[in-house]
Amino acid sequence: MIIKATRLTVAAALLGASTFGAFAEGFTPENPECIAPANPGGGWDFTCRQVGKALQDLGLIEKTMQVVNLAGGGGGVAYAEVVNKRADDNDLIVAASSATATRLAQGAFPGNTMDQVRWLASIGADYGVIAVAKDSDIADLPALLEMIKTDPRSVSVAGGSAVGGWDHLKVLIAANAYGIDDVRTVKYIAFDGGGEAVTQLLAGSVQAFTGDISEAKGFVDSGDIRVLAVLSPERLGGEFAEFPTAKEQGVDAIGANWRGFYAPGDMSDEAYDAWVSKIADLYATPEWKEIMANNGMAPLDLQGAAFETFVSESVAQIQAISKDIGIIK
Amino acid sequence: MDTFMSLADGFAIALTWQNILLALLGCFLGTIMGALPGLGPSNGVAILIPLAFTLGLGATPSLILLTSVYYGAMYGGRISSILLNIPGDEPAMMTCLDGYPMAQKGMAGQALSLSGIASFVGAFFATWGLIFLAPQLVKIALLFGPAEYFALFALAFMTLGGVSSTNQAKSAFAAALGLGFAMIGVDTQTGVPRFTFGEVHLYDGLDFLVAIVGLFALSEVFIFLEHRHGDADGTASKIKVGRLTPPLSMLKQTTPTMIRSTLLGFLAGVLPGAGASLGSFIAYSFEKRLVDKDGKTFGKGDPRGVAAPEAGNNAAAGGALVPMLALGVPGSGTTAVLLAVLLSLNITPGPLLFSQNPDVVWGLIAALFIANFMLLAMNIPMVGLFTRVLMVPPRILMPVVAMVSFVGIYGISGSSFDLLVMVGFGMLGWILRKFDVPLVPIILGTLLGNAMENNLRRAITIDNGNWLTLVDSPLSITLWVIAIVGFILPLIIGRKVKSKMHARRDEEGSLAD
Repeated sequence: MIIKATRLTVAAALLGASTFGAFAEGFTPENPECIAPANPGGGWDFTCRQVGKALQDLGLIEKTMQVVNLAGGGGGVAYAEVVNKRADDNDLIVAASSATATRLAQGAFPGNTMDQVRWLASIGADYGVIAVAKDSDIADLPALLEMIKTDPRSVSVAGGSAVGGWDHLKVLIAANAYGIDDVRTVKYIAFDGGGEAVTQLLAGSVQAFTGDISEAKGFVDSGDIRVLAVLSPERLGGEFAEFPTAKEQGVDAIGANWRGFYAPGDMSDEAYDAWVSKIADLYATPEWKEIMANNGMAPLDLQGAAFETFVSESVAQIQAISKDIGIIK
Repeated sequence: MDTFMSLADGFAIALTWQNILLALLGCFLGTIMGALPGLGPSNGVAILIPLAFTLGLGATPSLILLTSVYYGAMYGGRISSILLNIPGDEPAMMTCLDGYPMAQKGMAGQALSLSGIASFVGAFFATWGLIFLAPQLVKIALLFGPAEYFALFALAFMTLGGVSSTNQAKSAFAAALGLGFAMIGVDTQTGVPRFTFGEVHLYDGLDFLVAIVGLFALSEVFIFLEHRHGDADGTASKIKVGRLTPPLSMLKQTTPTMIRSTLLGFLAGVLPGAGASLGSFIAYSFEKRLVDKDGKTFGKGDPRGVAAPEAGNNAAAGGALVPMLALGVPGSGTTAVLLAVLLSLNITPGPLLFSQNPDVVWGLIAALFIANFMLLAMNIPMVGLFTRVLMVPPRILMPVVAMVSFVGIYGISGSSFDLLVMVGFGMLGWILRKFDVPLVPIILGTLLGNAMENNLRRAITIDNGNWLTLVDSPLSITLWVIAIVGFILPLIIGRKVKSKMHARRDEEGSLAD
C-alpha cells in the first residue's frame, strides 16, 4: 500500500510539473519525424508509431508524425545517419532502448559514442523476466541459478537477442548476483526474437527463457509458462503484481529494457526543451498510462538531463559486464 | 458447429460497406505492390500502416485492410515473374522457372490465369485449415526444435538439385555462393561481425530483396544494354500473348498439383521460421520429383511448374497466420508486421487471442475469404491488361524496370548503400548469366543459409557438442530419411539406371545392324 501511495504522489507531482512545462514551449516541429532504426514490426517501430499516434491524438503535435524505418546494424545505420547527416535537424527524434545503450557500450556502432546525440526522455521500461515452462521442476530463481552453478551444461537458457545482447546480459546479471563467478559458463541460446525463444521453451528444447515481460505476457495469461522472477526493484503493478522479484528471492539483480528517444546532437536548445516537454506531457496522460499497462510497460519517467545521466550510467554498467564475459576487452 | 457460428459472426463483422471497400482497396494496392520488384508483402503492409492509423480505423477494419494487402501481394508477385522473369518478391521466385518459359511460348495469358487460380486454391484451403486446425497445428510447430529445423532446411537444400534443369555443378556453385552471402553480418550465436569490413550497413547481413532485384531485374537491364544495337527490340515484341484463360485440360492436369502443393505450403507456413519462400520452394521441387522424373518438362514452361509454387506460397501465407493468431509468434516477415499492428491497437496476441478477442480473429478470417474471392475476381479479368506489358518494347520497358528497382529499394531502406549493393548484384547477375549459372539457388542459399546454420549451432550447443542430437527424435529422423531417399538416392541410382539403359540400347543397336 505504501508503495502504491508513493507512486501516486510521484505521478501527481509529475503531472503538475509537466503542466508547467507545457507553457514554456516556443518551438513546434513543422514536419515531425521519428526514425525507427529497425524494420517494421519491432520494438523501436512500435515506440515511434505508438508515440507518434498518441502525440497527435492528444494534440501535442499538429501534423502526423512521419515514421521512417532505417534498419541496419542493430540501429547503427540510423545512429551514423543522425550523427553524420542530420545533426542539426530540429524536427527529428529517434527511437532507442537498452539495446542501443548495449551496442554503444560494446562499441558495436563503429566510431560512434553516446555523447554524439542528445538524449531526450524515456517513455517506460520493460522489465526482464526469467521464466520456465509450466510443468518444469524448477521451483524458483535460486533453484535455477543453483542448477547453473553446479552443472552449467544442464540448463539452456533461450532469449531473443544475439549473444552479448540485452536478453543475454540480463541472465548474466542475475547469475552474477547469485555468486556465479565465471558467467561465461552460462549456456545461452540466441533465437530470432522473443517469440521464437518462448516457442522453443514450450517445445521443450530449452529449460529457461530470458526476455521482456511484454514478450511473455500472452503465454503467462494462458498458463503455458511460469515466471520465476521479474528483474525489477519492486513488484510491478496491476496484473503483474503476482510475479516475485529476483530481489525478494535473495538475488539482487535488476534488468530494465527502457524505451525512449534521442535527438540529433546539434538540435537547438529550444527544440530540445520542446520535445522533452512534449514527451513528458504525453507520459503524464492517463491515455499513455493505459497504453503502458496494456503492453506490460513499467514506469520509468526520466527526461532531459536526468535521462542523459541514466543512459550514461547504464552504458558504464553494460561495459563492465561485457568485459567480464569477454565480449569487449 | 461452434466454429461455423463463430465464422458467421465473423462475416457479420466483416460484411459492412466500409470493410468491403477497404478489402477492395487492400487487394488492389497489394496486387500492385506485389508485382513491383522490390516491394513485397511485408513492405506493402508496413507502408499502409500509417494509412490505417490516419483513417482512424478500429482493430478489425485495420486488419482487414492490411491482410488484404498481404494476400494481394502474394497474388501480385507472380505477375512480373511470369511476364518479365523478374520476381516481384521472394516467394514468387520459383514461379519464374516455368512461368517465364510459358510466356515465351506465347502462353503468358494462360500462365497468369492459371497462377491466379492456383493462388486462389492455395489461399482458400489454407484459410479453411486455419479455421479448423489452428489449435492442433500449433502442436506441430512445437515438435520442431533446432535439430528438426536444421533437418528441414537441409532437406530443402538437398532438393536444390531438382530446381535447376541443366548443369548440377553450376547450381551447386550458385548455392555455395548464396551460402557465402548468408554468412555476412553479425553472427547471433557469438555476437561477432563476419565479413562486414567495419561497414555498419553490413551488420544485419544482406537484404534478400536487394539481392533479388539486383540479380534478376538489374542484370536483365544490363543484358539489354549490351544487346541494344542488335535485334533486342524485335524479338521481344514478337512474343504472342495467346489465349487468356487456360483450357479445361490444363486445369484438370494441374488440379492434383495444386492440392499437393497447398498442403506442403500450408505446413511450411505454419512453422515459425520457415515461411512462404520455403513453401513455394518445397512445393515446386517435390512436384518436379513426383511428376517429372526425367526432368523433361519442368523449367521449360510446364503449367504444373507454375501452379505448384503459386498454390504453395499462397497456402503458406495462410499457414503463417496460424502461429501468429494461436501463439503470437510470427511465421513470416509479414506476420511480424501484422503482429506489431495488433500490439499498437492494444490487442495482445498470444495463446488466448481466440478466446479474448473472438471478434477480431473471426472478423479477420472472414475478411480473408472475402479478399480471396475478390482477388480471384479481380485478377482473372485483369490478365488481359497485365499481358499488355509484353507489348511494350524493351527500349521503354527496361528503363522503367531500372527506375522502379532503384526507387523500390531506396523506398524500403532509405539507404544509398543498398543501391550500391544492388548494382553490385546486378553486375554479378550479368556475369553469371554469361556463364549460364542459375540465379535461383543463389537466393535460396542466402535465404536458407542463415536459418540452417543458426539452428545447427543451437542444436549442438543445447546438447553440449553432441552431434547425435541431430538424429535424436522420430521427426528429425523422418526428415533425414525423406531427404536421403527422395533426393540423394535418385541421383546415384538414376545414374546407374541410365548407364544400364544406355548399355541395353547399344546392344539393341548392334542387333539392328
